[in-house]
Amino acid sequence: MRAADAFIKALEKEGVEVIFGIPGGAILEIYDALYDSRIRHITTRHEQGATHAADGYARASGRVGVVFATSGPGATNTVTGIANAYMDSSPIVVFTGQVSRPMIGNDAFQEADITGITMPITKHNYLVTDPNKLLRIVREAFYIASSGRPGPVLVDIPKDVTTADIEFDYPTRVDLIGYKPKYEGHPMQIKRAAELIIKSERPIILVGGGVKISNASKELIELAETIPAFVVTTLMGKGAISEYHPLCLGFVGMHGSKFANYALSESDLIIAVGCRFSDRTTGNASLFAPQAKIIHIDIDPAEIGKNVRVDVPIVGDAKRILSNLRKFIEYKYRKNWEDKIREWKEKFPLKYKKEGFKPQFVIEKACEIFPDAIVTTEVGQNQMWSAQFFKVKYPRQFISSGGLGTMGFGFPASIGAKIACPDKEVIDIAGDGSFLMNIQELATCIHYDIPVKVFIMNNGYLGMVRQWQELFYRERYSATCIGCEKISFEKIAEGFGAVGITVERQSEVVEALRRAKEINDSPVVVDFRVEFQANVFPMVPPGKSLREIIDEED
Amino acid sequence: MKYTIAVLVENKPGVLARVASLFRRRGFNIESLTVGVTEKEEISRMTIVVKGNEKVLEQVTKQLNKLIEVIKVSDVSFDSVERELCLLRVNAPPEKRGEIVELTNIFRARIVDVAKDSFIVEVTGDEDKINAFIDLMRGYGIKEVARTGKVAMVRGAKK
Repeated sequence: MRAADAFIKALEKEGVEVIFGIPGGAILEIYDALYDSRIRHITTRHEQGATHAADGYARASGRVGVVFATSGPGATNTVTGIANAYMDSSPIVVFTGQVSRPMIGNDAFQEADITGITMPITKHNYLVTDPNKLLRIVREAFYIASSGRPGPVLVDIPKDVTTADIEFDYPTRVDLIGYKPKYEGHPMQIKRAAELIIKSERPIILVGGGVKISNASKELIELAETIPAFVVTTLMGKGAISEYHPLCLGFVGMHGSKFANYALSESDLIIAVGCRFSDRTTGNASLFAPQAKIIHIDIDPAEIGKNVRVDVPIVGDAKRILSNLRKFIEYKYRKNWEDKIREWKEKFPLKYKKEGFKPQFVIEKACEIFPDAIVTTEVGQNQMWSAQFFKVKYPRQFISSGGLGTMGFGFPASIGAKIACPDKEVIDIAGDGSFLMNIQELATCIHYDIPVKVFIMNNGYLGMVRQWQELFYRERYSATCIGCEKISFEKIAEGFGAVGITVERQSEVVEALRRAKEINDSPVVVDFRVEFQANVFPMVPPGKSLREIIDEED
Repeated sequence: MKYTIAVLVENKPGVLARVASLFRRRGFNIESLTVGVTEKEEISRMTIVVKGNEKVLEQVTKQLNKLIEVIKVSDVSFDSVERELCLLRVNAPPEKRGEIVELTNIFRARIVDVAKDSFIVEVTGDEDKINAFIDLMRGYGIKEVARTGKVAMVRGAKK
């Protein structure tokens, strides 16, 4: 059988439903084989869009996202998307075409050393040098991407490999001597953790994206309710517990609420699950939660002790460990701690100045009108306001570029999420700067009837950078004004064939959102011309501890 | 502090690049790195000497373990036999040859090539011994040095 046909058959065996990509010379044979397959292909308008869409698909569904790209520029255009998936542990497999084996190394047309380029940003990658190993590599790629701590895998396939004649013999088992992810937590460590929890007076659970990846929300909530302990989440952990749950204190870290940051800082025991203590979560790491002992549950042993000291490490799958851990816990009412947190919550709520046309207001209203929608975000102020004011109910509802902070992620990710969950409303909360970075995917939405909604918080600036310039660079607004108030996103949307709406006043917000909600047969772009002075607060200034979080008026 | 770690890896193209890339990207400093096949043809052994503290060693070990093609990482810094081989070309005018031969014997080194006015000497041993020998030879004028980097094996029966 032609290797390209065997390859497509292998993807069918893997249960692949959809591929995001763009064809080109070196991957033509594979696209030719795809022509006869039932697998759906979404031709994006840029390979970065394809990679983010596959990532969004993976995050919304929990399944592996698949990307096709040709050699050279096609492959290098996927790099940002791969790095993004790597930082946020998202399972995607990227297949790139490569020039034929005899040409490799000769600087042939559209040749790029994509395995060399992506080595530090993939969980693993392959250059297929033997057609007979192609199918085994496909199997391994899917296994590696989706098991243990998930991540992106890239497979680079030379054109002459795809034309070779091979047997279709698809391996069912994978045996990699150097890769054996550990799922069961060590029983002794679990017991030690339980003892610390029972003894603690001010426990708190810090939840990262790992809880969502592990589908461990139920186990998390059961543990929290048994202890009982309040829960704070990182940006990636947002949604692991419903933000309407009485024990959920929401988003913590640089732009988290004061009460969540105080609770984390003052606790005597942090039960960290599936998080990596990034600098955005801990503030100054040496001043992080000085009185707390730390239990760290993570599937990746390299995360333990990397950024903060850990008292009880438990390596394994969050779902299994949390459910085991709960068996050793007894309920203990901790009145002082609960009172303290309730007091902080009342005294220091998330707030913003109400006068003027505020982006926070738009997001609050969007949350009211689209309470069950999957929300993707771009990066910057729009992202932080979404994290603060769009309260989510379920684990895979909030999709955002956490580790890499990739502007331009949210819109293509919303396309992937909509394809994964066609019955759900999907909205992308965007900034004017971010949306322009992958705006070409509007053409993809029109072409394939993907009715996502984009809400642009248009303030004419690269707002988060502008905010830092205002606060830390004496208001010297170097290069951050991008003047999008002069652009008509409404007309751009219409030019692509989508619905465009412009909102000039805060009083028009609710009506515009309702109108957007009514439209289900077309993508909608709503341009909210919010005031540019709005900043994200509260904020932990760089280099400070979480306890030193400041509000707008501080 | 210097640590010596032994890394068993799959004997495949690109593995060395992956390991080297990891060290570079995480900011770990490689002092020396050697690689060769083991008793099993499909497995290679890398011996890496890395500078740092306990925390660096822990991260190096954990990050190496994350590489799919890495099979086993062990710390062989302590209680192990360590060897390095060094070839050096040294000036050997007729009036100095006797002295050089004598020093070579003391170090249980070997003269492996003799030219009109130079020798190539082969010396094996731990790092200190080789450094000491090189220092002694400096007096005669060293023309060229090639060192293999360290290999190491823990003493006693294999666990």
